[in-house]
Amino acid sequence: MSTAPAAVAAPAKSSGGFTGKAANYLDERTSISGAVKEFGRKIFPDHWSFLLGEVALYSFVVILLSGTFLTFFFDAAMTHTTYEGSYAPMNGVHMSAAMASTLDISFDIRGGLLMRQVHHWAALLFVASIGLHMLRVFFTGAFRKPREINWVIGFVLFILAMAEGFTGYSLPDDLLSGNGLRIIDGMIKSFPLVGTWISFLLFGGEFPGEDIVGRLYSLHIMILPAMVILFIALHLVFLIVHKHTQYPGPGRTEQNVVGFPILPVYAAKAGGFFFIVFGVIMATATFFQINPIWNYGPYDPSPVSAGTQPDWYIGFADGMLRLAPPHLEFVWLDRTWSFGILLPVIILGLFIVTVLIYPFIEAWVTGDKREHHLLDRPRNAPTRTAIGAAGVTFYAVMWAAASSDLIATHFRVTMEGVIHTLQALLFLGPVIAYFVTKRICLGLQKKDREIALHGYETGRIVRLPGGEYIEVHEQVSDYERWELVSYKDQAPIMLRPNAQGKITGSMRLRAAMSRWFFEDRIAPVTQTELDKSHGDDHH
Amino acid sequence: MSRKTSSPAAGKSRRTGRRSPAAAAALIAVGLLFTGGAYAAVSATTANAQPAPAAVSQSNVEEGKKLFQANCATCHGLNAQGSPDGPSLIGVGAASVDFQVGTGRMPMQGHGPQAQKKPVQFTQDQINQLAVYVGSTGPGPSIPDAKYLDADGDAANGAELFRINCAMCHNVAGAGGALTEGKFAPSLVGVTPAHIYEAMITGPQNMPVFNDMNISPEGKRDIITALKYQEKVGNPGGIGLGSLGPVAEGLFIWIFGLGAVVALTVWITAKSN
Repeated sequence: MSTAPAAVAAPAKSSGGFTGKAANYLDERTSISGAVKEFGRKIFPDHWSFLLGEVALYSFVVILLSGTFLTFFFDAAMTHTTYEGSYAPMNGVHMSAAMASTLDISFDIRGGLLMRQVHHWAALLFVASIGLHMLRVFFTGAFRKPREINWVIGFVLFILAMAEGFTGYSLPDDLLSGNGLRIIDGMIKSFPLVGTWISFLLFGGEFPGEDIVGRLYSLHIMILPAMVILFIALHLVFLIVHKHTQYPGPGRTEQNVVGFPILPVYAAKAGGFFFIVFGVIMATATFFQINPIWNYGPYDPSPVSAGTQPDWYIGFADGMLRLAPPHLEFVWLDRTWSFGILLPVIILGLFIVTVLIYPFIEAWVTGDKREHHLLDRPRNAPTRTAIGAAGVTFYAVMWAAASSDLIATHFRVTMEGVIHTLQALLFLGPVIAYFVTKRICLGLQKKDREIALHGYETGRIVRLPGGEYIEVHEQVSDYERWELVSYKDQAPIMLRPNAQGKITGSMRLRAAMSRWFFEDRIAPVTQTELDKSHGDDHH
Repeated sequence: MSRKTSSPAAGKSRRTGRRSPAAAAALIAVGLLFTGGAYAAVSATTANAQPAPAAVSQSNVEEGKKLFQANCATCHGLNAQGSPDGPSLIGVGAASVDFQVGTGRMPMQGHGPQAQKKPVQFTQDQINQLAVYVGSTGPGPSIPDAKYLDADGDAANGAELFRINCAMCHNVAGAGGALTEGKFAPSLVGVTPAHIYEAMITGPQNMPVFNDMNISPEGKRDIITALKYQEKVGNPGGIGLGSLGPVAEGLFIWIFGLGAVVALTVWITAKSN
């Protein structure tokens, strides 16, 4: 295949062909082969749950592509205009340029409606996949040392994604998003002393003003995407630096990573997976309508539609507001102090901060300073899994509360009943979830232990020559047993005096927390126990 | 039993009792008439969207009164004066009757937070006769003129009126919404122009009355136009997910969007056999 000039230019690589020559050309000018060698041989373990972060990344790429298209036609101005496009029920209606241009994108620009729907569905999938990815990371303990900072970066990405979503769906200046902005305005104004000033600063005067869409647009297409890209880059750098975690299994240790190299296997898989995610989003956007602003109409501060909800990822905040009890105002210092909005905002803030710093809390409680590259099976960390279940329940109750009116109409119950039930569940639900989950985890651990020691019950009853009946147990294979027994036992911290010979209050607190965290546990099967159990196979 | 009724004592007691001898026959006749009428009403399935207002003739009033006394009087009183079980209908107008009976809300199926829609129990002719009778008991809103029901007004104005006056209960897309204590604003999809108009002028259940000073008849026509336009155009963006907004969209992305993606991640990481 090689031609004569090639043979002259690179006699040592005469069989490379065009690709080889091109690669050589590049390498001689960039020395990129070192990097390719380093990254190309990077190993990634193969498990479906490890692809959830990738789903988020690919949705974000789709968002960038479709969003760029939308910027070509969107007019982020609140100047008054009269709609004269092809959607008849809006003809002659006064609205802002932002709303009119969004209607134009939807009805008068080729492919515009599809792109709007791609952008919006991809945004919903983006935040949803981040959420699921975070749950995977939490329940497998992947946030432990050395990955605590990457958890924080990932969580900031989650917050940034919500901010991107909120600023984005507020841009069309339609009735639904205007109601959403009004709620944000109310949340800002709920802060004593500074609230009103911040609101006036943000909206450029009294709500809604004529500035907010332009300001949100700057945030939405410049500042926030730049921050998302920056944090994604940081997130991925740490992923490379730390190497990927893996589930426990035979041959997998804290020192190695078992899986496929990036080149060629993983790059091909991931590249293909990008198009799969893209395809799912395109198919959804093709067949399913999202955010029909032509139904909502232009924003007008007076009407509020029934069934006004934010996009799903802001739902938990809306739900918390709905769950706040009435009459939380009092007069003090000749001023009215209203906590109807402020209290839910404080609870939301505490919840978010707790999730953000959870890795540090757990590390402090357990006193665990080891590096962890092998993931926990959720059952093997019963307290953490139970805490996670409680958190998920708390979030889910808030989330459900955001659709309290739809629950009432669709399940034919009273709205008051729904709200009161959810108010109770906000406190009881997490407690119930905590204890149930913890017991389930311990039960599963006991089952694992039983199977590791005695194998599966086969249901085959055998009569021995002496007349004794036994049930034959089938031993698990060594590979299966490895997964059942290879986790580390963790005991509560012993309360010992420090170097000064004192026991401080914080040490006592930590010991108490540690006791709570590790008190109920099932110790992994030891080699001695295994050897002993193999002596009497049948029992 | 036959022995008992044939005895003279029993015969005497029947004659002197509160029932006349013809009562049994009359009761059977009424029962048959009612069953037959109901059957005819169900089998006819009156798809007639535009009720032709019945002429206010004496015969129609008489027929309407008979129907009323057979089907409505238990709760609303023999002369529509009301009872502890149901409000007085004097002055509610023909429009109320056409709406309540024409959408199947009356006769009411059972007591609850509010009357539910159900299959219509009468033919349009019977509904008209009932409406004429109730209308004759006192002045009230009458069945709207067909010229306001043609759904050919200004949809843009109608949509704006709808957003300002109706959307807070019925949702911007007319998908319905929740009210307090188990009451709700129903979906407006598929409701006939006449019933929409009548609901506005009579204010059924928890709905306020939108009289002609509040929204002019032309405005009501525009609202009907906007609703019908929305129905006709459907959802330009694809399947509408019940027009319920972000909750439906969020559930969709979590269940079907993320569900599909997770299924695909499992597929892509599956080991080949």
